Amino acid sequence: MHTLTLAEMRSALESGDFSSVELCRHYIDRIKSQNEALNAFVSITEEQAMEAARVADQKRASGNLDGALHGLPIGHKDIFCTDGVRTTCGSRMLEEFVPPYNATVVEKLKAAGAICLGKTNMDEFAMGSSNENSYFGAVRNPWDNDRVPGGSSGGSAAAVGGRLVPACTGTDTGGSIRQPAAFCGITGLKPTYGRVSRYGMIAFASSLDQGGPMAVTAEDCALLLNEMAGFDERDSTSIERDKDDYVSSLGNSIDGVKIGLPKQYFDAGLDSSIATALQVAIAELEKLGAKFVDIDLANQHLSVPAYYIVAPAECSSNLARFDGVRYGHRCDDPKDLEDLYKRSRAEGFGREVKRRILVGTYALSAGYYDAYYLKAQKIRSLISRDFSQAFESVDFILGPTTPSPAFKLGEKTGDPVEMYLNDIYTIPANLAGLPGISVPCGEAEGLPVGMQLVGNYFDEARLLNVAHQYQAVTDWHTRLPE
Amino acid sequence: MADDAESVVGNEVVEQVAHLARIQIDSDSVSNYASEMSGVLELAAQMDQVDTSLVEPMAHPVRAVQRLREDVVTETDRREAFQDIAPSVENGYYLVPPVIE
Amino acid sequence: MQWETVIGLEIHAQLATQSKIFSASSTQYGAEPNTQANAVDLGMPGVLPVLNQEAVRMAVKFALATNAEIGKRNVFSRKNYFYPDLPKGYQISQMSLPIVGAGVVPIELEDGVVKNVGLTRAHLEEDAGKSVHEEFHDATGVDLNRAGTPLLEIVSEPDMRSAKEAVAYAKKIHSIVRYIEICDGNMQEGSFRCDANVSIRPAGDDKLGTRSEIKNVNSFRFLERAINFEVERQIDILEAGGEVVQETRLYDADKDETRSMRSKEEANDYRYFPDPDLLPVQVEDELIESIRSTLPELSDARRARFISELELSEYDAGVMTSDRYTADYFEAVLQKSGASAKLACTWISGELFSRLNKEGIELNASPVDADRFSQLVARLHDNTISGKIAKEVLDKMWSGDATADQVIEQEGLKQISDSSEIEKMVDDVIAANPDQVAEFRSGKEKLLAFFVGQVMKASRGKANPGELNKLLQEKLKS
Repeated sequence: MHTLTLAEMRSALESGDFSSVELCRHYIDRIKSQNEALNAFVSITEEQAMEAARVADQKRASGNLDGALHGLPIGHKDIFCTDGVRTTCGSRMLEEFVPPYNATVVEKLKAAGAICLGKTNMDEFAMGSSNENSYFGAVRNPWDNDRVPGGSSGGSAAAVGGRLVPACTGTDTGGSIRQPAAFCGITGLKPTYGRVSRYGMIAFASSLDQGGPMAVTAEDCALLLNEMAGFDERDSTSIERDKDDYVSSLGNSIDGVKIGLPKQYFDAGLDSSIATALQVAIAELEKLGAKFVDIDLANQHLSVPAYYIVAPAECSSNLARFDGVRYGHRCDDPKDLEDLYKRSRAEGFGREVKRRILVGTYALSAGYYDAYYLKAQKIRSLISRDFSQAFESVDFILGPTTPSPAFKLGEKTGDPVEMYLNDIYTIPANLAGLPGISVPCGEAEGLPVGMQLVGNYFDEARLLNVAHQYQAVTDWHTRLPE
Repeated sequence: MADDAESVVGNEVVEQVAHLARIQIDSDSVSNYASEMSGVLELAAQMDQVDTSLVEPMAHPVRAVQRLREDVVTETDRREAFQDIAPSVENGYYLVPPVIE
Repeated sequence: MQWETVIGLEIHAQLATQSKIFSASSTQYGAEPNTQANAVDLGMPGVLPVLNQEAVRMAVKFALATNAEIGKRNVFSRKNYFYPDLPKGYQISQMSLPIVGAGVVPIELEDGVVKNVGLTRAHLEEDAGKSVHEEFHDATGVDLNRAGTPLLEIVSEPDMRSAKEAVAYAKKIHSIVRYIEICDGNMQEGSFRCDANVSIRPAGDDKLGTRSEIKNVNSFRFLERAINFEVERQIDILEAGGEVVQETRLYDADKDETRSMRSKEEANDYRYFPDPDLLPVQVEDELIESIRSTLPELSDARRARFISELELSEYDAGVMTSDRYTADYFEAVLQKSGASAKLACTWISGELFSRLNKEGIELNASPVDADRFSQLVARLHDNTISGKIAKEVLDKMWSGDATADQVIEQEGLKQISDSSEIEKMVDDVIAANPDQVAEFRSGKEKLLAFFVGQVMKASRGKANPGELNKLLQEKLKS
């Protein structure tokens, strides 16, 4: 059952090959047997899920379907608030936080009939590229348990990669969907900023954060995005525009599409095994009629420096609400207000989060604002402009998702900057707000390799189609660990 | 790298910033934070390679304007649900250590 | 040494919207603690602000009323600091691009001179919650009902030179925001709050002295006292060779003094930056024009019209335009009664206001509304009743629902203007008082009042005084 895609499961449920109860039971058993090794889930909502599955089967029997995802199991990254279900954001600060409200994404997927099996592990407050920053312990890569699954949506990526669940939600601030998708051999889409509502998604860096689907195939991502996307009156930055049908456009030919290859993405920093895999993928796409041209994204090398100012600055402000007063961790016996704040936050936040809050606070403080924050916002303009110019002549931009395959646990924890450089290919799309997808395109040292495609604003439908056409002629996405 | 980096941010800066951010930092980890922060700020200094004096800052990827909400009250009282998850409440108030004004 | 006082005011006016600036919670005053604070107001994780259009409209209205510039593209920023009444750890405010830019507010000083006070800017922001210190043992309670209430922070230039000028300016702003109905102006409930930046410098100096910021002033009287206290305090410091410290000071009305706010003593670094959860606000010309077309005639313009068209004195015109409700009341009475402006004004500012003052009620809660009052004035105007009788009629109207005409009818108070009837009474009085008649005729003309009194007594006050005077003069002098 767990080798099926979401789309295949949907057909099987329709034709009565198995029930939602059987399907959910199967996955929950897989979670129970394998989560100890992977640590992909921080909460398993078995009872609610099985009850929902029973209801879904009853409704199906009476011909009454909730929506396109009726009775299909999914997982939510633990950054999405779930009414009545603990939402930790990977932090001790929210270890016991049970929100009395749902994120819009959670509401929408529930309304479409999806069943949540649990909440997936993540780097604390989505800050990290290896999932080693979770208060609930590191997540393991299903392809090699000594390696990281990537981050920050590492729990979601490991869960889908190990087929503990067929699909998950994720969030991507600097690559947090695409990079773990690449490391775990799955497909992950970061939509255009504003395409998916951020309401109820715990904020890390508000101008960069975007929720998106993580699944086995591009088709499954399209199924999920169809339900997740859309304007939300509760999110001022969500876009009021008609949403496309991401599934119906999947059959289109990609003959003649123009794909740009930025020379900056294929330089010395790229692992040769990844470069080789990409060359093979490019050849496959050429066979499908894609035309490749070299392009120049001149300011790409400044995206990591700019990102590691903008994101910490926003996070330093976004995380000020965690003060031990209204919810979340509160230190014992505070001697005064300042002590309450300082100890609650020192105890509640992990080291990486604290480091970023400090950097961000510094970058916004009097005397440094212009040199750091404002400068980074200007660099952001330049990076965005590079993309706009490129999209005047190409439909998509192709490159690696990561500079190397999944690295070993502990390998990069010593030096934050080395860890940050892992996001070099994913960050530019966040700074510009563009959609990007990571698609499995090969193996290196027995580990999955991801290819990244970046599209123009709101071009998710075509982006998913290119990935889908590629997956129709390749099988990297179907490969399973061990 | 760490040794050079310490010149960017010293211990006293870490302490000031930690106070602004209301985070307690143990005295024995201050210098660690100083060198890590310095590393990040050195990375950020690469931005100085480009002259941006004529570039407009980009605060947001969305090139739209703020949507306005109608002035209607639709929220109901959910105090009980919100205060169920609060660390300390009494008579409907959130409690904090005494604040003297 | 001669010292010059320099004052600038920051006024926080709570905007009279139904819901909060960034959430759909009620802004009603006085609810049980935390019952009007939703997930957004509480700063729960993941929730987001959405701007209330009415707050934008009200700010634009204020800009139009003060001839100020409108920030057609204005931006919300975050002001970061920790405080229990600030749930998100930042206040959403506006910094470099406010919705209202520079303007001018003319104020009238006691000597009648008009002074222009510069308006630096006015910006939208969210109010904080309230901390309660008295109710708990060894703890402070936090109520976030007020958190997120829209505020317009109105910042003046340091143009005022005395506490009196500062009060005149504050009153003017108070009158404007109430006039255009964007704030209820209730200072007791904190809907209208003034912070004063006060400094002194040697007279003739251009350079500003170090200022202190006085907070927590909740009446105009206290504002004047607090500034005067602060000026004296600063003079004492400087004359003793000391230096004024830039700080926030709290006015304590009980002790009539300002004192340093220790809790906010440390230098703050607010780390303002554009709020990434909100996009730039665009104020379209269409919106500005539609607001302009609904803007009421403002106090100053109305006052000028009362003087030029209705020939009221400057003083009377000022009283009749002291607030919008008074002006509306006056104009309604004027229109419905057909009386002269002077008569209507005299009766509103005299009999009506003195009764209201005595009972401590506002005009908008007057037991006699403009409709009923206009009939009373109409009866004065057409001589149905005398002024003396009118006071009696008003008393009866005050305690009941009757109209002026009903009271006059029921009580038989209609003025006697029929000259033959009055003539008969005059003849009777002259006949009954021969001694006084003789004295009058020998030159003691002051006795006229005696005869008027006697006839009035006989008519039970109903004789038309004009007619009566005329007849008495004729008869006594013949």
